Amino acid sequence: MGSARLYAAVAAGGFRRYATYRVATAAGVFTNTVFGLILVYTYLALWDERPHLGGYDQAQAVTYVWLGQALFATLAIQGGGFEIELMERIRTGEVAVDLYRPADLQAWWLASDLGRALFQLLGRGVLPFVFGALFFPTALPLDPVTWLAFAVTIALAMVVSYGIRFLVALSGFWLMDGTGAVQVLMVTGMFFSGMALPLNAFPRPLGDIVTLLPWSALLQTPADVLLGRTDPWPAFAFQAGWAVVLLAVGRLVQGAATRRVVVQGG
Amino acid sequence: MWIRSTLAYRVSFVLTVVGGLLVTGLDFVAILLMFSQVDVLGGYTLPEVAFLYGLSATSFGLADLSIGSAGRLGSRVRDGTLDTLLVRPAPVLAQVAADRFALRRVARLIQGGLVLGYACVALDVVWSPVKVALVPVMLVCGGVIFAAVFVTGAAFQFVAQDASEVQAAFTYGGQTLLQYPPTVFGKELVRGVTFVLPLAFVNWVPAAHVLGRPYPLGLPEWAAFAPPLVAVACCAAAGLAWRAGLRTYRSTGS
Repeated sequence: MGSARLYAAVAAGGFRRYATYRVATAAGVFTNTVFGLILVYTYLALWDERPHLGGYDQAQAVTYVWLGQALFATLAIQGGGFEIELMERIRTGEVAVDLYRPADLQAWWLASDLGRALFQLLGRGVLPFVFGALFFPTALPLDPVTWLAFAVTIALAMVVSYGIRFLVALSGFWLMDGTGAVQVLMVTGMFFSGMALPLNAFPRPLGDIVTLLPWSALLQTPADVLLGRTDPWPAFAFQAGWAVVLLAVGRLVQGAATRRVVVQGG
Repeated sequence: MWIRSTLAYRVSFVLTVVGGLLVTGLDFVAILLMFSQVDVLGGYTLPEVAFLYGLSATSFGLADLSIGSAGRLGSRVRDGTLDTLLVRPAPVLAQVAADRFALRRVARLIQGGLVLGYACVALDVVWSPVKVALVPVMLVCGGVIFAAVFVTGAAFQFVAQDASEVQAAFTYGGQTLLQYPPTVFGKELVRGVTFVLPLAFVNWVPAAHVLGRPYPLGLPEWAAFAPPLVAVACCAAAGLAWRAGLRTYRSTGS
């Protein structure tokens, strides 16, 4: 019980920390709206040429775009969450202090990142989405159960996203300079999550393969649940499965990595 | 110095450049994926879109390599380290540009150049001497126009401090916008990037001459040769904005 309160406090800290930067948040909303606009027009041109591409109609494709913009910062699809900070701590050796704390490294950063993600969703995600729904034809469900299921997929997506980035951060124990790993994270995140193009609009069989990867749990799965293209339960199972696998691997790597840490005296 | 420090971690640098090629190539892969489903986008074929893309990415790459560091000005304003630059006997703008010079940014330049090369070969146009000469002019002027946007954005950060994302919306957003044909976008948006923020002169307008396409917004024929003028005007505006921004700078005192 005591540790649950600790992690709740860490999560609240993560939330408050990002809530402090109001101008940065407003700037982020602006950027996501601009990119949403550009993408919406290109998608409309694409769906004009090929109606029902990937099983979406135009309104669904437009909804997909704005959903992507809403989740971009929330799920740190291109990176940009805690992993940069953790890598910096690994590089400078400050991570030794984290390991000395009476809290688990993985759980500590998970709590903090969930707090961050929740703030980004409310502070940065909602407005571009509302803007998109107001000015473009979108396909939003009226059924509250679908919205509830959608909320669950977002929560699970947050954990999957964390699982991926925790592994990237831990690579810093071996690589020291994390710039390259972060860039790989960027590519895979943009491409395999369906941020560049919905995965179901990919040509076969590439589309089938990328749909099975963990990144598809970030954007494609919540989108398909919201747009009613898939049943919630298999979607939950897919996301939860990846979350468990990633967190378990993260734990193994964390064990291997912390055995490498040498604390310098002085 | 920044180049040497980058090369100190060799595995990481190689990963970074390869990663950079992938990151910047990603939007082109997205375009390729789109064209795996359709033959034309906004009435433009793949080589035509690749031409627009290559011009946009390469000009942006030139600007990003030379002055992309300006995007981080906001953090220097916030933590007060800009003071260090102010007391040095060198122009502040030059120091900001050289600050953390990132060699890995050549990736964008390489990648844009490759796509442009492919487009020039694959395009179905009769290359007149004027059209051939127009390509390097577009690249240089486009680079200058993007650089002016970077500097203006940096000037804005003197005021807004932690709004570097607004700058990203105009720089990266502008580059992304120009990768697609103007026919894809709404009239108002095209007007905005022609007359307000004249990004259309990076590629849309001059490329219309090369491709023999109708000019966006029905601009006159000579507009294709306006990029040098537009670039000069952008520089003047950016210079004014930069000086105004620098004047409003107040150190944190720390």
